[in-house]
Amino acid sequence: MKILVCMKQVPQKDAPLKLNEQATWVREDVGYEVNEPDAYALEAALQLKEKNGGEVVVISAGPARAQQVLREALAKGADRAIHLEDDRFVTLDAFNIARSFAEAIKDESFDLVFTGLQSDDYGYAQTGVLLAELLGWAHATIIMQIEPKDGGIRVKRELESGFFQYVEMPLPSVLTIQSGINKLRYATLIGIKQAKNKPLRKVTYDEVAAALKPNQLTIEKLYVPVKTKQTEVITGAPGEVAKKLVAKLRDELRVL
Amino acid sequence: MAETILVIAEQREGKLNRVSLETIVGAQALAKQTGWTVEAALVSGGNAPVDELKAAKLARIYSVEGPELAQYTPDGFVGALKALIEAKRPKLVLLPHTYQVRDFAPKLAATFGAVLVSDATGAKFEGGKVLFMRQMFQGKFTADVALAGDGPWFVSFQSGAYRADQLEAGTADVETIAAGSATIRTKPEAPFQEAKQAVDLSQAEIIVSVGRGIKEQKNIALAQALADALGGEIAASRPICDAGWLPMERQVGSSGQTVSPKLYLALGISGAIQHIVGMKGSKSIIAINKDAEAPIFEVADVAVVGNLFDIVPALTEEIKKAKA
Repeated sequence: MKILVCMKQVPQKDAPLKLNEQATWVREDVGYEVNEPDAYALEAALQLKEKNGGEVVVISAGPARAQQVLREALAKGADRAIHLEDDRFVTLDAFNIARSFAEAIKDESFDLVFTGLQSDDYGYAQTGVLLAELLGWAHATIIMQIEPKDGGIRVKRELESGFFQYVEMPLPSVLTIQSGINKLRYATLIGIKQAKNKPLRKVTYDEVAAALKPNQLTIEKLYVPVKTKQTEVITGAPGEVAKKLVAKLRDELRVL
Repeated sequence: MAETILVIAEQREGKLNRVSLETIVGAQALAKQTGWTVEAALVSGGNAPVDELKAAKLARIYSVEGPELAQYTPDGFVGALKALIEAKRPKLVLLPHTYQVRDFAPKLAATFGAVLVSDATGAKFEGGKVLFMRQMFQGKFTADVALAGDGPWFVSFQSGAYRADQLEAGTADVETIAAGSATIRTKPEAPFQEAKQAVDLSQAEIIVSVGRGIKEQKNIALAQALADALGGEIAASRPICDAGWLPMERQVGSSGQTVSPKLYLALGISGAIQHIVGMKGSKSIIAINKDAEAPIFEVADVAVVGNLFDIVPALTEEIKKAKA
């Protein structure tokens, strides 16, 4: 099976994020890492390839720094990469990112496209579903397991409240992969060496621009959440903090 | 002509879910500011719980029914709802942000060339413009988001964004609409539960919950000792259960259990949205985290910025003394 995995680079989880001057986005000068849900999507694709053969291609849209995510994926075992490289991809809405990907892969023939569940920055959770719609393919979200069946696939979807469901799907299809369903591998030294010689195709903004539409969704303002709750801050040495908390638990919350 | 907000309510086995009612409350609140009217729609195989909706202040209820809609498929639902929206032309389509909505709403919006504002926490009407609030960067920031064009716009509201008990009562007429046939490409099997949940965290009075900040599996013992001293249950955010450090049945959040104990003690939990929606109904929340910027502090009643590995053992000892 030929699988495309959509991956995104996002600010590191504990990065001290600061707003830009217009307060419409965060400043760029922080550390970046792979969007964690996408790492699980990649692992699912690599495991599927190891079992059934095929090819794993990774794709990302973003500035030059985003290449790091693709290199890591190649080092873990992906066969080749596609980098839509431009700063402008950062501010495209989910639909335009999906349009960019659809345009960039129009001469390819994938059986499956995987994305992570959602991104840790925007958190739209829709690029995969939109890509399916643009490609005219079926899709399923929050997938835990994938197995080939009768020329198609059978997937396990997570529903709410501890429920699951199996769904049979045709190929090609788009799946968004649940985080935590597999154990992420590390890149080996050999893998890192081999990655340097694996093909990485660059796609410019101009190459996909004709497929794009004006962003429908605009971030007018980004701000630190407005507190709806009064929060009491307790400080001090651990022993002191413990005493203050116990007083609270006993006298105010009455749980002791 | 006045604009319309259409709420797509969700039902399972003939029962409305709570977040659908919350979404109607959100629609009613926005309608008050804009002067728009609110309608609701339900999709079902023919057993839609319209009675629950009839008691709400709604201009109209559409019960979209068809044999292909008895079981959820994205193709079936999008086909039926696309036809409804084309016929009724609402300005704004509001949906509850459930797993099912995550699955079909982006596709539904895309058929109108629109992009969904997903997981919004509210809406406001400012200077003649409707803005939607949503959390970004795992809750570290809130964004005011505007949508371009004349609509239909598509927005999903997060669980708990509005309060179901603030639903405005009224009487609404039901219009039954027979859905046309659609080409359905996926074959779903019946939903199932993996194992009986042995722990019902929703009944717990005290919950001590751990997140990534606990760092290693062996450190869970620290939290367990605290839970034991308090006579409470231990729980965790998703990454801890994914790692197998605690069983899945102890997970709190959108994919785990929703809890509302008297006391929720969050240890090393950053407070991603998916976790917050599962515990923000707690009567009292105490959070201990080394990162002063952690979103968990937004919902905490008591915030302790510090090293949990120093504070938790001290707290356990202090509680034991107090109880002795």
